[in-house]
Amino acid sequence: MLRREGLSKLTGRERYVDDLPVDDVLWGATVRSPEPRGRIAEIRYSPTVDWSEFVIVDHTDIPGRNAVYLIEYDQPALAPGYVRHVHEPVLLLAHPSREAVRRAAREVEVIVEPDPPVLDFRIDPGPPLVQYGVDNVLKRLSILKGDVERALSAAPIVVEGVYETGAQEHVYLETQGMLAYLDGDVLVIKGSMQCPYYVLKALKPALDRTEAGIRVIQTPTGGGFGGKEEFPSMVALHAGLLALKSGRPVKLIYDRPEDMVATTKRHPSRIRHRTGVDEDGRLLAQDIEVVMDGGAYVTLTPVVLSRSMIHAAGPYSCDNVRILGRAMFTNSVPFGAFRGFGNPQAHFALERHMDVIAHTLGMDPAELRRINLIRDGQTTATGQVIRDGVDRIRNLDRALELSGVERRRREHWLFNAEHRYLRRGIGMAAFYHGAGFTGRGEVMLDSRVQVEGRADGRAEVLCASVEMGQGQITAFVQLAAARLHYDPDDILIAEPDTQRVPDSGPTVGSRTVMVVGRLVERACDDLRRRLGLGEGLGGDELKRAIADWHASHPGERLLGSARYEPPPGIAWDEEHYRGDAYGAFGWAAQVAEVEVDLRTYEVQVRDFVSVQDVGTVINPTLARGQVQGGVAQGISWALLEHCAFQNGALANGQLTNYLIPTSADLPPIRVEFSEVPYEHGAQGAKGIGELPLVGSAPAVLNAVAVAVGRQPTEIPLTPERLMALLDDPVPPAKRRESDL
Amino acid sequence: MSNEQRDRLPISFTLNDQPMRVEIDPAERLLDVLRYRLGLTGTKEGCAEGECGACTVLLDGLPVDSCLVPAYQVRGRRVETVESLDAESLATYHASGATQCGACTPGVVMTASWIVRHPEVLGRGSVRELMAGNLCRCTGYDGIIEGIEDAIPDRGGA
Amino acid sequence: MTVLLPGSLDEALQAMASHPTALPVAGGTDLLVHWPQRPELHRQTFVDLSAVQELRPLRWTTDELVLGGLTTYWDVIEDGRVREEFPLLVEAARQIGSIQIQARGTWAGNIINGSPAADGVAALMAYDGVVVLDSTRGRSEIPLAEFYSGYKQMRRAPDELVTQIRLPRREYSVQIFEKVGSRRAQAIAKVGVTVTRSASGWRVVAHSVAPFVCRCTALERCLESEASVGSPDDLLPAIREDVSPIDDLRSSAAYRERVMARVLYYGLLEVCPSFH
Ligand SMILES: Cc1cc2nc3c(=O)[nH]c(=O)nc-3n(C[C@H](O)[C@H](O)[C@H](O)COP(=O)(O)OP(=O)(O)OC[C@H]3O[C@@H](n4cnc5c(N)ncnc54)[C@H](O)[C@@H]3O)c2cc1C
Ligand code: FES
Repeated sequence: MLRREGLSKLTGRERYVDDLPVDDVLWGATVRSPEPRGRIAEIRYSPTVDWSEFVIVDHTDIPGRNAVYLIEYDQPALAPGYVRHVHEPVLLLAHPSREAVRRAAREVEVIVEPDPPVLDFRIDPGPPLVQYGVDNVLKRLSILKGDVERALSAAPIVVEGVYETGAQEHVYLETQGMLAYLDGDVLVIKGSMQCPYYVLKALKPALDRTEAGIRVIQTPTGGGFGGKEEFPSMVALHAGLLALKSGRPVKLIYDRPEDMVATTKRHPSRIRHRTGVDEDGRLLAQDIEVVMDGGAYVTLTPVVLSRSMIHAAGPYSCDNVRILGRAMFTNSVPFGAFRGFGNPQAHFALERHMDVIAHTLGMDPAELRRINLIRDGQTTATGQVIRDGVDRIRNLDRALELSGVERRRREHWLFNAEHRYLRRGIGMAAFYHGAGFTGRGEVMLDSRVQVEGRADGRAEVLCASVEMGQGQITAFVQLAAARLHYDPDDILIAEPDTQRVPDSGPTVGSRTVMVVGRLVERACDDLRRRLGLGEGLGGDELKRAIADWHASHPGERLLGSARYEPPPGIAWDEEHYRGDAYGAFGWAAQVAEVEVDLRTYEVQVRDFVSVQDVGTVINPTLARGQVQGGVAQGISWALLEHCAFQNGALANGQLTNYLIPTSADLPPIRVEFSEVPYEHGAQGAKGIGELPLVGSAPAVLNAVAVAVGRQPTEIPLTPERLMALLDDPVPPAKRRESDL
Repeated sequence: MSNEQRDRLPISFTLNDQPMRVEIDPAERLLDVLRYRLGLTGTKEGCAEGECGACTVLLDGLPVDSCLVPAYQVRGRRVETVESLDAESLATYHASGATQCGACTPGVVMTASWIVRHPEVLGRGSVRELMAGNLCRCTGYDGIIEGIEDAIPDRGGA
Repeated sequence: MTVLLPGSLDEALQAMASHPTALPVAGGTDLLVHWPQRPELHRQTFVDLSAVQELRPLRWTTDELVLGGLTTYWDVIEDGRVREEFPLLVEAARQIGSIQIQARGTWAGNIINGSPAADGVAALMAYDGVVVLDSTRGRSEIPLAEFYSGYKQMRRAPDELVTQIRLPRREYSVQIFEKVGSRRAQAIAKVGVTVTRSASGWRVVAHSVAPFVCRCTALERCLESEASVGSPDDLLPAIREDVSPIDDLRSSAAYRERVMARVLYYGLLEVCPSFH
């Protein structure tokens, strides 16, 4: 099936929030902190502006609790006198002219008496820098399996390495934006978001309103990638405050520079591996330390750290694992959700390290992986027994075969010996990603979906999952149509509107098709059941039954519904981080071929192969697009996307110097699926959205390592960094360790 | 002496094959006039700095970033926006998965339609090179490139 | 905001003469960047050149190629003769921004914007381009190599318009344009070197490694003298004499210097017997 809203997007008819015509609208703007930390001493309004024309909101205008609620109440909606990061919102302005409000926002000066900021998450803070708990640790977790110390001291070979990853900006093409207005007593929020109910839950305490007093509607969303998971709550709250104070509709649309500097980024990380192996390459012990930069408020950091750690030991079987992790407070713009949610960081370190181990042992890195990849019946780091019928070794071999690895290696050998300054190499990564929320997360979410049989016989899916490009609408149409034996045209997908659709949880964590899609199927079944129809019935018969029901129940609604039920036999021990972390994992292997130019230290990816097991593929075109897009983001995180931070804020907050790849920077990305159905996912599907990104950076860097004969440990591997690595006489791995 | 224009300036030009007359503020970009004066919101602003191409329109037949075109410069010229494209001409993009979130899409299809209408420009660069002014964060570009290749006469299905 | 809309070159020169602080607008690809975020510009006076037909065409004379004050990159890319006689202009044009920028950006705008990273300026300078400036007061012609004196400092009076850029037609035995950006397409140069050789001698032009695009006379001497060069490092002393790269958001001084040496060395290796 073709993308449901595809033509509407291709012809430019799709209306995003900034495209909505609104009468009598005010434009909002945000005045932000210039300093990373300190007391707000004064706010100076320039006398060149007639401030009586402006609506001005500060923290005293917040009717409820001054917080953007998510996991904790620590992040203020508007700084109440003290700031903890550059660009922290201090004041809001609104005016009928967009240009006037933009200009005015520059004419307010926030004077901060600075206190010393913490800007490096890798350094333990001294007392004057402590701003969270007793040690600035936002979250600490550990995962223990077997006896690592004993296994390490008994291991014939121990390989150590330290790996670092940088932040990453989402660069969704549509910037953050919200429209807020009052409809009677109800505050309506419309805008770009992944999680309508997160917005609702954040607005309730801050605006001191009940659920009935707030209505959140998602507008077509031009990309999210995690960047519209938690941050839209902030934008919505700001727009809402301005609308409440002015009594008029308010649009708060970020322009690109503001969006880039003021919103969340992927968490930077430093991950240390100490791995015991035997001469054959069998993993005996994995000792891993994960440290992340959380930024100035808690946001989603604890959950990102958790996912990162759960995946840190990789798709390998090892009896002795210790993973210790912490996320640190810094006075940086808070880091937040980004596709992969901590797992790309974990796998960058792990999969780079696997190649370092192979290199140390003089082994083929593919063979090292084959030996250790989890076989059915073996366990992950949390002790979860994997028994899903996926042949992880075959997937790796298939990716290698598609890439023509044997031939390529021979060709590269000749090429590299002859060429003056170009070097080629091929590298791989094997990896996995848990789909859905971690542990008991899905149970806590308690997601619900409804399918309504409408009087005309068509069926409408009511859920809070959103379309942001990933294909949710199309996938749900397909799932419902297949379940009800309907023509896809007879399936409607309701606009995500918190006063109309039930809470089916956030659109994150690769959970939409697998978890919510399954609820769509079950709600379809329930609809049929309510009509007293049997399992296999559908199509015209069902339509007629629905029409008949309406004839005899005028004015009533016919709703099938479903509520999340955990798959049987899942057990998770939150206290000890043991057990079944996820209902299902997607598994994948990827191979990258690169060419390094030793004149310029540029790396070009020449070929990329991705073999993914995401369960049943619901829509091949959409699925392929998810993989290609995820791989592209991973490649550019590895090579291109460098966040230059100054005072904890992005200094290169423009698309001219924060670069994402153009079409000329990427090779065709070759995708193949191995489809082992997952019995508890919709039509056998598992999550797909995040997996491809997870293993892209290490595949690329492993290829670079082969090409240049050095071991890079840090991304983004910009040409400047590669130059330092290649021309630095001290082997970098050694140098790093002495830094610790 | 040349005429001097302050706050209001009437301009006429051809918009999507129709004559158009509109009063503009000289500080407006073509993008602003299209979106906020004429309600043609298909053309998007992704960056306001000529990097993303979401604002691409055709000016006298060539793709340009409308965020960098002062509106007064289109006097007497021909402007085509995404609203001028019909569904039929977009079928290959639909089939190839060229659109995901849709925010870059209107710009993408404008540059693409220029290539498709003038395949001889492929002598100046590959499809991937010619499309480099349209950033897409969703697709990894494969879906877009395929959609274009399939739309070029004689190259269809290649 | 005020904009003047001259319909002829005379009107344009008049407009410039009577509005000493006015900014001429050609393709707008520099002037309009981040326009909404630069409200201070909205109070300026502008002179729109787009309707000045005299500035459009690119012309050939027996011994010169003459670019007009409004000639765009795309005009040059599309011109088969330029491709033959001045291939580096086409090379540079194709690497400037994207088609959207090439369709609008002008060579004159590139010169007057005065960025140290201007690719167009580098190619023009390596062909001994001459800037022709007109005003109601008269005409001045300045070799591009002598046009700049510091970061965004140039020999142009506020009322002058670039009306032509003249390039002598010569036989070239060496023509190299190397631009290193942060990405393969649509990237501002981090380092650039352009080299030509004709009966008039060697020209080496560097961009993004000094406050302005400049000739590298020490390197040119090194090439004229056919001094033996056995590695990129052998070029470093001359490079250090000629340019002064800096650290900025896009790159580092160390990278710029080393990469300049390397692209130059490998570029010349094929064409210079004194390189080995
Ligand atoms: C996304 C993007 C990518 C780019 N990539 C590159 C690149 O790769 N390489 C590169 O070199 N440049 C690049 N540029 C810069 C720009 O495109 C060039 O500098 C272009 O040549 C400027 O020409 P214009 O006609 O658009 O100038 P405008 O913006 O119209 O004017 C630029 C300046 O020149 C003045 N001016 C213009 N014409 C005249 C004239 N005839 N007489 C006197 N003064 C005049 C203006 O007053 C202004 O000060 C890029 C720009 C963008 C937005
Ligand atoms: S908005 Fe014009 S190029 Fe991005």
